Amino acid sequence: MDMMRPMPLPEMKEGPATNDASAAVAISVRDLRAGYGAAPVLKGVNLEIREKTVTAIIGPSGCGKSTLIRCLNRMHEAIPGATCDGEILLGGRNALEIDPVLLRREVGMVFQRPNPFPTMTIAQNVAAGLVLNGVRDRAAIAETVEKSLRRAALWDEVKDKLDAPGVGLSGGQQQRLCIARALAVEPRVLLLDEPCSALDPIATGRIEELLIQIKDQLTVVIVTHNMQQAARVSEYTVFMLMGEMVEYGLTRKMFTQPADKRTEDYITGRFG
Amino acid sequence: MNDALYARRKKVNALMFALTAVCAAVASGTLLAILGYIAWQGASSLSWAFLTNMPKPLGEHGGGIANSIVGSAKVVGLAGLMGIPVGVLAGVYLAEYGRGKYAFAVRYAADVMNGVPSIVVGLFAYALIVHPMKKFSALSGSVALAFIMVPIVLRNTEEFLRLVPGTIREAALALGVPRWKVTLFVILPTAGRGILTGALLALARVAGETAPLIFTAFGNRFADNGWLNPIATLPHTIFTYAISPYEDWHNQAWAAALILMLFVLLINVTARVWLRPSSGAPH
Repeated sequence: MDMMRPMPLPEMKEGPATNDASAAVAISVRDLRAGYGAAPVLKGVNLEIREKTVTAIIGPSGCGKSTLIRCLNRMHEAIPGATCDGEILLGGRNALEIDPVLLRREVGMVFQRPNPFPTMTIAQNVAAGLVLNGVRDRAAIAETVEKSLRRAALWDEVKDKLDAPGVGLSGGQQQRLCIARALAVEPRVLLLDEPCSALDPIATGRIEELLIQIKDQLTVVIVTHNMQQAARVSEYTVFMLMGEMVEYGLTRKMFTQPADKRTEDYITGRFG
Repeated sequence: MNDALYARRKKVNALMFALTAVCAAVASGTLLAILGYIAWQGASSLSWAFLTNMPKPLGEHGGGIANSIVGSAKVVGLAGLMGIPVGVLAGVYLAEYGRGKYAFAVRYAADVMNGVPSIVVGLFAYALIVHPMKKFSALSGSVALAFIMVPIVLRNTEEFLRLVPGTIREAALALGVPRWKVTLFVILPTAGRGILTGALLALARVAGETAPLIFTAFGNRFADNGWLNPIATLPHTIFTYAISPYEDWHNQAWAAALILMLFVLLINVTARVWLRPSSGAPH
């Protein structure tokens, strides 16, 4: 079973980028190939995402970063004609073989554009994952709503209008509402697909702060176009190019001494 | 030379503009003319007694259309109960699951059904229900109207479901919610207003249908007697009274037509107001 051997950890001498150098592996991706119809997008990706860290995935448009994280909770296969092959180990099970509905309760997702449910209030949006999966205990729901909104740093702004429509909030608040909604089902992993691309810098800053706060409780994987954002929020960075993983390591190391010439070219703005 | 050309162009422009405005006036004026004429003709015979009394025996003056109003409500109501669920669920199938040849066939069939003359639908209901049961009935009238409603409701439901952004669907799926719950509790309510409006408009449309009822509901001068007996309906009563040789019945036909018009107008206005987004929603 030498396939199970973890990939060598990046050197930790660089400084206290993470609290725990030997952080356990949360998700282990092996030889992941994915695409749409006959067109391959991911050409065999291997990656081990550490538990309770923020991992950023960067790379130029079309490199497969979104496809990669959409494979992790199998939203990829919701697209007609999508293919996905390989192994994604999560808690000892292959995510590609378990029921996608159950997998998605453990691996939550926040999308590029805020997408609160238009017919629901703020509280109902946060509780949606619980209520739609059969939770009826009102007190427990109310408690989860408050806790999730606090974790998403939105509670103070909305606590007096929990029964107002979710779509009435500002864009940044809506995105934090979507984060609260994802957190309410207590996932072990939170995936974010360019969550700030439709937001202004202040709203972006709030979301970055909350990501740094919640990583003590769960594993965060964020796809971003914005390299400053990757540098600000993540401990590990994955650089992808044309469906392949080029470099993976500590963020501070990658942004100061990239190992690969292509990484250096990308982060210094020579292409992409 | 250039000035002449310019003047000519201005003239043509003014002429064409006037032409379009006149045509628009004709289009909307028709409704006003119909409404006005029916109101003028029907108002004189309209009274509370006309709405609440049964028809008088032939030859006797007066009487009302209470049985037709109740009959229309029953026949159209039952048609809605049958046609709306089938149309909505088939629309859900087409919008959420329907791909490939079967979905194409269903969609195409619905569009063709929309164009089938309503008297043919009536004949079909006659062959399907009246003939085997050897009896005209309220039920057969409802079935005929339901057949007319299904394709309207189906296509409308599909259109409104398609307007729900895919990101809403993704958001719900990503929470680990099973597909059927996403459709039933997230997507359908999001499109709910439009679907309801479409269902109401379909009801208004069939409430005025006469041809499918001629050899199904058949008409009845007395109070209706359950679902399996002939029943009076407003459009059919208007038809019977209008082609009769009696002056009194002609006046009653006008009054009944006014009632039917007001009823259809009421449903239409209700549906339009419903469709308008509520004031508290997005900024």
